[in-house]
Amino acid sequence: MPGGEFILRNYVNMPTSNPAPRTLLDKIWDRHAVLAETADAPGTLYIDLHLIHEVTSPQAFTELRQRGLEVRCPERVLATLDHSTPTDKADAHGRHAYATPEAAEQVNTLERNCAEFGIALHGWDSAQRGIVHVIGPELGATQPGMTIVCGDSHTSTHGAFGALAFGIGSTEVGHVLASQCLLQRKPKNFSVQVDGRLQPGVSAKDLALYIIGKIGFNGGTGHAFEFHGSAIEALDMEQRMTLCNMSIEAGARAGLIAPDQTTFDYLQGRAMAPKGDAWNASLAQWRMLKSDPGAAFDRHISINAAEVGVTISYGTHPGMVVGIQSNIPAAADFQEQKALQYMQLHAGQSLLGAKVDVVFIGSCTNSRLADLRAAAEILRGRKVAGHVRMLVVPGSVPIQQAAEAEGLHHVFQQAGAQWREPGCSMCIAMNGDKAETGELVVSTSNRNFEGRQGQGARTVLASPAVAAACAVAGCIADPADYLNDKEQAA
Amino acid sequence: MNPISVVRSRTAVLPFENIDTDRIIPARFLTTTERKGLGRFAFHDWRFNQDGGLNADFPLNKPQAQGCEILVAGRNFGCGSSREHAPWALLDFGIRAVLSSEIADIFRNNALKNGLLALVISDEEHAFLLKHPGMELAIDLRHCSIELPDGGRFSFHMDGFARTCLLQGVDQMGYLLKQRDAIEAFEQNRSAA
Repeated sequence: MPGGEFILRNYVNMPTSNPAPRTLLDKIWDRHAVLAETADAPGTLYIDLHLIHEVTSPQAFTELRQRGLEVRCPERVLATLDHSTPTDKADAHGRHAYATPEAAEQVNTLERNCAEFGIALHGWDSAQRGIVHVIGPELGATQPGMTIVCGDSHTSTHGAFGALAFGIGSTEVGHVLASQCLLQRKPKNFSVQVDGRLQPGVSAKDLALYIIGKIGFNGGTGHAFEFHGSAIEALDMEQRMTLCNMSIEAGARAGLIAPDQTTFDYLQGRAMAPKGDAWNASLAQWRMLKSDPGAAFDRHISINAAEVGVTISYGTHPGMVVGIQSNIPAAADFQEQKALQYMQLHAGQSLLGAKVDVVFIGSCTNSRLADLRAAAEILRGRKVAGHVRMLVVPGSVPIQQAAEAEGLHHVFQQAGAQWREPGCSMCIAMNGDKAETGELVVSTSNRNFEGRQGQGARTVLASPAVAAACAVAGCIADPADYLNDKEQAA
Repeated sequence: MNPISVVRSRTAVLPFENIDTDRIIPARFLTTTERKGLGRFAFHDWRFNQDGGLNADFPLNKPQAQGCEILVAGRNFGCGSSREHAPWALLDFGIRAVLSSEIADIFRNNALKNGLLALVISDEEHAFLLKHPGMELAIDLRHCSIELPDGGRFSFHMDGFARTCLLQGVDQMGYLLKQRDAIEAFEQNRSAA
């Protein structure tokens, strides 16, 4: 099995003389600055953990080969298969039904590259395989204070652990493979403070969509978010990952949450987390990873958690959101009119009751055990509406196994949903799992762009509970109706 | 990468905001292991109808847009995923510069690393260019200026390092690898405890 204990010694005591209060981002940045940024040149930032997958890495390995370069620190690279992989079970001979020969070749290429360059791959035979942003935390490879990159924009997910984690392109994947470093300028600091308590039935996904609606789809460009406040502290790790995952949907490459006991409890005992004395030493350092009082943020937004309701998207980017009981607002401009036209919706209309064709539960945003439980709670003893096709795609093999151990797969299958093999699936719709033109998909994924889930398909972003309620109702529905039913029956 | 100093071309205009990377190259075309040959997929689901025929209404399919190497696009161009296939597809399609009032971070990084000039201009200048498709522009990286047919000039800001890399064709991988001693020292320092 790839991946032993992963320990970063002494990564905290880098520059300590700076007396000015610093943010969490500043601290992590300073600790990883091989060469400081100047007016003329970006800084050279050391990368602790590099996650790779089959789609954005092949060109980088080709570059290495052409230049005769080695991978500098193969032990800092973790690979998995997730984007192009089918979510149907392999046949009796272990063959996978790839959407195209190119998809199969892409997977074979990653297998070859990992073998040649000595990189640990969680491939088809690994009991840890899954979506790259699900398995990093699950293995304990994702740790507080790290710099983490991946050729995937949802790398921001790992910020939930107090790591600086962001997506990069394939050229930069090559840079990190060859040098373990990136040429980077530090993003600006954006404080997102959420105080109070989320109402019962309101999830981290609702909060994420609500925040994107407030900040705007491009509001975080050039910045890294730091989420903090009492409502953030109350979130468990799965919820924190959902929130940080969606940072990029407001334009911010990274979203961080300072690590705390919740973080440490999640990590302790995981395969690649430090053990014994190393654990205690790491804990001592991790506890220092928080923004200093008085640290300067370039921007700040304050949100009262109590005002966040169950939230869904209605347009063609994740900033076009609405409370599930609210009507679609008037289009602000031609761009929003165009989005409504694509979605076959109109201003003033309630989304409740709009016919749903497909429901997708999965993706690096919402494919973890708690997400599956939230969906199963609504589906238990109920049926998916006859005209709805529902896919439930766990984020990793361990999640799949844990869900099956508690019988969730039976709940989904008895309701009429498809219980699939782990992968990105219909979030990015490049493995053959997709919606047809005109179909309305309620999806727990992160992007509702035109055609994202299939050419001409229409996407409504939602939490797992909303998605499950919509599957049962056959139309956009409020999960409260189903949850309250159960409470009354009990 | 070849040095770039001036890009001179007529503009094609895509007046839509938030043109995401799924629009630039749909994900189903990402199952390649190469960088080249992606131009045929650029804006695929806009350029082509579902029956495979050309969508005559799409601005880049108009006769006057043919041969245009400068794209003026609505605000927040390149948002969404980190796929470098987006700039690869645009370059292979013949686009050498994208002008907008805002360009998403990851796309801009990827574009500049491949010699695609992803340039942010002011709201006012952006609005002007959106209204005047087909205008002959000369983007001059040496002076961070855009020359208009009437002799007027717009300016843009570009990170000095990115600009130098483009002007001199600097190999950024080579630049990083030259820092080997500093990287080794950093690694030794942090593992010394």
